[in-house]
Amino acid sequence: MATLKTINCKRFSQLMPRSDTTTDLHRIARELRARVIRMSHDGRAPHLGSSLSCIDILVAAYWRCLKIDPATPLDPDRDRFILSKGHAAAALYATLAKRGFFDADELHTYNVAGSRFPEQPSPRAVPGVEAATGSLGHGLSIGLGMALASRVQNRDCRVITVLSDGECNEGTVWEAAMFAAAQRLDNVTVIVDFNRWQATDRSEEVMAISPLVDKWQAFGWSAVEVDGHDVEALADYMNGAPLDAGKPTAIIARTTKGKGVSFMEDDNNWHYRIPNDDELQAALDELGVAADA
Amino acid sequence: MRNAFAKELTALGEQDERIVLLSGDIGNRMFDDFKSRCPGRFFNCGIAEGNMMSMAAGLAMSGMRPVVYTIVPFVTTRCLEQIRVDVCYHRVPVIIVGVGGGLAYASLGATHHSCEDIGFLRLLPNMTVVCPADSAETRGAFRAALECEHGVYIRLGKKGEPDVHRQDPTFKLGKAILMRDGRDVTLISTGNMLPTTIEAADLLAASSVSARVISMHTVKPLDEETLAEAFASTSLVVTIEEHSVIGGLGGAVAEWQSEHTSGGGRLLRIGTPDHFLHEAGNQRHARRVLHLDAESIAARILQSSRHAPP
Repeated sequence: MATLKTINCKRFSQLMPRSDTTTDLHRIARELRARVIRMSHDGRAPHLGSSLSCIDILVAAYWRCLKIDPATPLDPDRDRFILSKGHAAAALYATLAKRGFFDADELHTYNVAGSRFPEQPSPRAVPGVEAATGSLGHGLSIGLGMALASRVQNRDCRVITVLSDGECNEGTVWEAAMFAAAQRLDNVTVIVDFNRWQATDRSEEVMAISPLVDKWQAFGWSAVEVDGHDVEALADYMNGAPLDAGKPTAIIARTTKGKGVSFMEDDNNWHYRIPNDDELQAALDELGVAADA
Repeated sequence: MRNAFAKELTALGEQDERIVLLSGDIGNRMFDDFKSRCPGRFFNCGIAEGNMMSMAAGLAMSGMRPVVYTIVPFVTTRCLEQIRVDVCYHRVPVIIVGVGGGLAYASLGATHHSCEDIGFLRLLPNMTVVCPADSAETRGAFRAALECEHGVYIRLGKKGEPDVHRQDPTFKLGKAILMRDGRDVTLISTGNMLPTTIEAADLLAASSVSARVISMHTVKPLDEETLAEAFASTSLVVTIEEHSVIGGLGGAVAEWQSEHTSGGGRLLRIGTPDHFLHEAGNQRHARRVLHLDAESIAARILQSSRHAPP
């Protein structure tokens, strides 16, 4: 019979603080935005607005916060990041490629028949993807399981889960919220990508989701609101968690759907719309990123 | 059955530190032993089965062996989406244990009956479905489930069922157990219908019908070898289950038979009908009303045998 000792307990060796400046991070975010716009265009895949709104959250997590090593993506001591809003997977694929989990050239196969990059990730198909998401309301609960495992195995892993505001319609999000608080899982952080839209309407009109900070606090979490496009502010809160010992942390990130491209910003048509050639070029021009970058 | 499960869980939990137990606010006192002998590995997840099932998947993704336990409808259909996506699609070793299979909780009303769960879970890829007949098969099923790298659903009765096996049989998932040989008909039981099936076989013997009795604890994967032999050697094969005749053992055998046998024995499916039971009454009452008692089963088999083509 196996014991916990048989599970590899190697500690990370490559956790040098990264030296990227804030300017570097802004450039990385612009390049990621350009990349997901091209992926949507080339792969004829929707959910571009949702992908653009969470880019800065991903940059803050992957360049400032997560204890991960692309060389050992299954290290049991790694931090876990789950993009529970799986429809924004293009943003996650682009981030993982840029962070070195696989060759960025492979992103050209996004949504191409037979490739390992479906519109929403399948389990373990791509290094760095912790869970197959796409059906909303699963990621946080899966993350809590990982956080519990970390506790039982006596590891020091953090779990960061990104939810959309529309996703907070799902009842399981609030089941998970109550459970995490009861178990005092303070190695868990939720980031709500609060772009104020869901698929077909304003999120605050579909369901009474506001006030989100108060809601998470009422569920026993530490909760703060932050500009979801301020990478350093996001990183400060992620690294500052737990904000209160014994409490999980919710960061409500105020974002703009379609962020970074003027004609996409806060226009919910871009939930499903796919850019044509002219729109692609206009977007790349605006981001100041060359088409072949 | 459930006490045998709790005991086996505790014994194995002491040996294997990967085992964690997630309970949906049920099993009061039943898991006290597990809690004290496997400290830090019991989680009362409240009445929130969707979250509980996804957490189990997350635990399994991190190398643990989660066991999820509550009443059958709540640990199966209530969180079917989480089983499908998080457990089955990810192919992780989560053991789902449901208590009160079929009509075990008849008196609590149809919210607590489970006559569709085998069908729902059998449909899912990367899922094994096993319905132990008694304490011995429960122990065997749980030990075997721990060796699997994918999801396993174990459908228990409740407590106090008669022990059919005098000693623990050789238990292998997907391999049925021959309880009694016979020449005329084959009775294939799954789960807690086994004692009733044996009783029905006794009644048939009194009417000079020789019945073979098989405990087909695993509904998925089916024991095809045993089925082939049953259809080849007896003129009537009867599936008996406390589950709808649609989708359960009978449904599975009918699917198999449609592609694998020609000119062999006929199939008779005995199970619950395609409607809900609205009236009060315990399991015994419910079985009688739905013709799942030994007398009704024997009578139906005799009638079917008489109408068999020569």
